[in-house]
Amino acid sequence: MKTQAAGRRALPFSRLLATLALVLFGIVFLLPFVWMLSASLKPEVDVFNYPVEWIPKHWQVIENYKKVWNGKANFPLYYWNSIKVSVLTTLLSVVVSAMAAYGFTKVRFPGRNALFLVVLATYMIPVEATLVPLFVIYRSIGLYDTHTGLVLLGGFSVLGTFLLRQFFAGISDEYIESAQIDGAGHFSIFGRILLPLVKPAIATYAILRFIWTWNDYQSPFIFLSDKALYTIQLGMNAFADRNGQFYSLVMAASVSAIVPLLVVFIVGQKQVIEGISLGGVKG
Amino acid sequence: MATPQTGQARTPNPQATRKSRRLREIAAGYVFIGPMLLGVIVFTLVPLIMLFVFSLTDWSFLTGYDKLHLSGFGNFARLLRDPEFGESLLHNLIMLLAVPIGMAAALLLAVLISERAYGSSFFKVIFFMPQISSIAAVAFVWQVLFHPSYGPVNGFLSAVGVHEPPKWLADPQYALPSVMLLMIWIDLGVSLIIYIAGMKNIPRDLYEAADIDGASARVKFFRITFPLLTPTSFFLLITGLIANFKSFAIIKVLTDGGPAHSTSVIVYDIYQQGFVNLKTGYASAMSVVLFVIILAITILQWAGQRKWVHQG
Repeated sequence: MKTQAAGRRALPFSRLLATLALVLFGIVFLLPFVWMLSASLKPEVDVFNYPVEWIPKHWQVIENYKKVWNGKANFPLYYWNSIKVSVLTTLLSVVVSAMAAYGFTKVRFPGRNALFLVVLATYMIPVEATLVPLFVIYRSIGLYDTHTGLVLLGGFSVLGTFLLRQFFAGISDEYIESAQIDGAGHFSIFGRILLPLVKPAIATYAILRFIWTWNDYQSPFIFLSDKALYTIQLGMNAFADRNGQFYSLVMAASVSAIVPLLVVFIVGQKQVIEGISLGGVKG
Repeated sequence: MATPQTGQARTPNPQATRKSRRLREIAAGYVFIGPMLLGVIVFTLVPLIMLFVFSLTDWSFLTGYDKLHLSGFGNFARLLRDPEFGESLLHNLIMLLAVPIGMAAALLLAVLISERAYGSSFFKVIFFMPQISSIAAVAFVWQVLFHPSYGPVNGFLSAVGVHEPPKWLADPQYALPSVMLLMIWIDLGVSLIIYIAGMKNIPRDLYEAADIDGASARVKFFRITFPLLTPTSFFLLITGLIANFKSFAIIKVLTDGGPAHSTSVIVYDIYQQGFVNLKTGYASAMSVVLFVIILAITILQWAGQRKWVHQG
């Protein structure tokens, strides 16, 4: 990108000016996060002081976070539930999607294109429209109020198949043909040749799926009722209901909910941005 | 990873080998796509069929399957007369305005970031922050920022001399625009990244030719960048409209449809009727309406693509 920008030969001065304008706008854009962090560090009485004390005059960090993590809302459990559901959903989704992507690009069988069209068409059916019947199904087959139900729901999302299919299609069939001549079956070709070749694509999709699952509010909200099964998103809500008067605590809980994802994002930043721009996709 | 083919090389008859290889190929195909296909059937197709059936009943799932009787299109007739559903539909339509506004902001930023500023990857991360932050967390922050009496937003407004600042989320007139502002803030990063990716695909020599002709930055934007980004804009518009119709979490956490039903949307009504009032049939009819709207937008996309989109 930098070489392109240089190719446009924008004057250094105007570039500095544009950068400065963006920095200013970026600061305003991020103010809610700054406010959240700052409120989580101070005693409750200082939260609404005006003008806003961006850097707290009085600090109360340990007490605030201790009340969140050690309080009645059982934050560590919500965390554990979120980790469990997000990791399992991501694993299932990657396996199912990668297998389907391989089947749709590298195995020749009758009905392949027709079936792909069916799968493609279901991608346009909004989950929100089928929530009511899914709820009825979940109630009658015992998936309601279980983590298994949530994992299955996210794990069979079609999106991964589309993303990965593009990458699988880009891999030359010669790899497969020569492996077949050597006597390899589809499973070993898939596992030993294709998967290693598309590792970056798998990583991209896995990170995206992890972020979406971690942040998902709707599915846990509809399909869970037992507080012991709550993910962090529902846990936050429960915590705010209980401690609604204590904004410093609610903000400490919000910071706690965001930090792990921020770490995942900063580590996998390149993959996330690549995945978003490639598939033009969103939760 | 066992290979079912081991030992095949020893089979003497070449014709039989070809036939069995073909069968194995078919079997392998279905094994690979099987799980996804099963998922699609169980989690999408069966629910969709059930949705249409339920929408023709006045069933509540609590009463058991033996009470499920088809009763015709009564639910849909009732929907037409339901003022609350009409309001929600209207709110969804008003909320659509957030899509082009957000796109315009994203395009402006994309041009600035990718062509006129230093540190593009840094800015991408900054503007993507709301997107990776859970909706529950950011909703609480905004509730406090928008707090009518203590919130910093109104603190600032009072300080600069606004005597009666709006009550934002607590005021039926301002609640929906406040929600829309939040939606734009959350989704800006995604649109921005997709626009930057789209701009990378514009051939550089077009700009060089324009430079030779002495074209101004504005001319280059309106004659090259903007027209060549129509596929991207079109994509963002369609996905944005669909996402808008599907919005639920943000409404549930931020306003719970209120105040005075002023921020309810279709999916919120589906939730209220289906999961709170337990009217499975009526909520299904609402879901059918949502499904038809989204289907219509999708068809519009297929039809419109050829007409409006500039194929560079």
